[in-house]
Amino acid sequence: MSSLSLALRDSSTMLRRNLLHARRYPSLTLNLLLTPIIMLLLFVYVFGDVMSAGMGGAADRAAYIAYVVPGILMMTIGGTVVGTAVSVSNDMTEGIIARFRTMAIHRGSVLVGHVTGSVLQSVASVTLVGAVAVAIGFRATDATALEWLAAFGLMALVALALTWIAVGMGMVSPNAEAASNNALPLVILPLISSAFVPVDAMPGWFQPFARYQPFTPAIETLRGLLLGTEIGHNGWIAVAWCLALTVLGYFWSKSVFNRDPK
Amino acid sequence: MPSSVMSTSKQGSGPQAPPAVSAIGLRKSYGDKTVLDGVDLHIPAGSVFALLGPNGAGKTTAVKILSTLISADGGQAQVAGHDITTSPDGVRAAIGVTGQFSAVDGLITGEENMLLMADLHHLSKREGRRTAAELLERFDLVDAAKKPASTYSGGMKRRLDIAMTLVGGPRIIFLDEPTTGLDPRSRHNMWQIIRELVTGGVTVFLTTQYLEEADQLADRIAVLNDGRIAAEGTAEQLKRMIPGGHVRLRFADPSAYRGAAAALPAATADDEALVLRIASDGSQRDLRSVLDRLDAADIEADELTVHTPDLDDVFFALTGGTDQPKETLR
Repeated sequence: MSSLSLALRDSSTMLRRNLLHARRYPSLTLNLLLTPIIMLLLFVYVFGDVMSAGMGGAADRAAYIAYVVPGILMMTIGGTVVGTAVSVSNDMTEGIIARFRTMAIHRGSVLVGHVTGSVLQSVASVTLVGAVAVAIGFRATDATALEWLAAFGLMALVALALTWIAVGMGMVSPNAEAASNNALPLVILPLISSAFVPVDAMPGWFQPFARYQPFTPAIETLRGLLLGTEIGHNGWIAVAWCLALTVLGYFWSKSVFNRDPK
Repeated sequence: MPSSVMSTSKQGSGPQAPPAVSAIGLRKSYGDKTVLDGVDLHIPAGSVFALLGPNGAGKTTAVKILSTLISADGGQAQVAGHDITTSPDGVRAAIGVTGQFSAVDGLITGEENMLLMADLHHLSKREGRRTAAELLERFDLVDAAKKPASTYSGGMKRRLDIAMTLVGGPRIIFLDEPTTGLDPRSRHNMWQIIRELVTGGVTVFLTTQYLEEADQLADRIAVLNDGRIAAEGTAEQLKRMIPGGHVRLRFADPSAYRGAAAALPAATADDEALVLRIASDGSQRDLRSVLDRLDAADIEADELTVHTPDLDDVFFALTGGTDQPKETLR
């Protein structure tokens, strides 16, 4: 068997294992889904009038739904990968990982299985949260099929990048609590991006950070694809962020995994 | 797949089979704590080898290095003819490892654990199912096969662990303290399992802190202490290294005790416990002479035990266990 087909076969075995975990114990996944859905409902139905008033012009609650949903979708990905960090950290303390290390299997398959499973979970979560958004009135009817495809592609790319980072965070965390804490920035960053409030409405000293952190360009690009707002440089900045984080996360995770276990 | 299977047969160089495991000068330290301080091993294929030592002697570290889980700081080793450093995948393809802490996936069922191993050994779906079913049956796990492994008892987990190790048909099996924490019945079950493995021709490398276990199972025993092999040989050879056989007589009646002590002047006496110990090789002749002397004095002991030197004596002598509650001649 060639090394590529060995890698594919072992990785898909590991993926099946991770999906089995997710299916057998859905509570973690469901808990993580709850946060973006509550945020969505909170910001639309509780803060919605104030928030839309702040946007100026004739903006109303429906306009704010349109504004906030792309941010909520990106936030969903951030939340899902926190689960990845926790489950990777849990998994690494299990004896079975030591067993995998002493088997003649593709060495990276354990991590690739986690990453693929997590990206699939992110896409599923985004779809579910998106369905809730549509149910409360979000519409993106102007988007073409190509733009929808690009939107999904972007979200998958963001999921891939954040997942590799989360895997690294999970690997260096001694336990689940630490992993959850270490992955907290992935939940905080969307809150201080353009997800809920336009960057222009933030204090001047804060704007550069909010504008150039990875979530803002990704959210602005998603907004542009779904709602036809101006994308500008955000498209390639978002892609560059994703590629950089993916490469960083990949090499980080791999080097931690290749260290001698304790 | 690496073409590892044939590489052990270098040439027809006589009857000497290549060793399953050979190591020269293995060293490992963590920080300034030296765990292995130059360990040499030579384990013939098809034998059971026990690495015996107290907690912290470096047994687990030795297994981890030989099973390619961690790297050694110095020395070299071949397992199944493959160098552990330059050809770890060759080693991995030939070995099965059951570590000290259970290496099962607790979140999925026993059967799913077995099928996971079958997939990772690239068995076909049908072959994987057959192998899984066979091993579950052999290790008495059929009833529990559909339950999550986290709900298993210690003994069941250990059985599942070994069953998973066997899926790929390994030729060399490392068992790191396979019976630690098991109740007596599970321990005996495990011994039976290990004996069956050996009749199947595999080489077993086992670590244990139980001398009885090494005595029961192993062809050769090495005593590891402070990162060095303190002694190596068969159980018999090791026992012969240490004198210490004796007959122990216990009395309930102090006057009988005093009478016996007078009849057996060579005995060491424990006046508190009313116990006499007489050096003895445990032979029939030796025992008869003791009994004859007691009969002559018309004394009957309440308890008579023959203590042949066992591995405990060897162990404590070799590992200098000053903190061990010794039961020896005084």
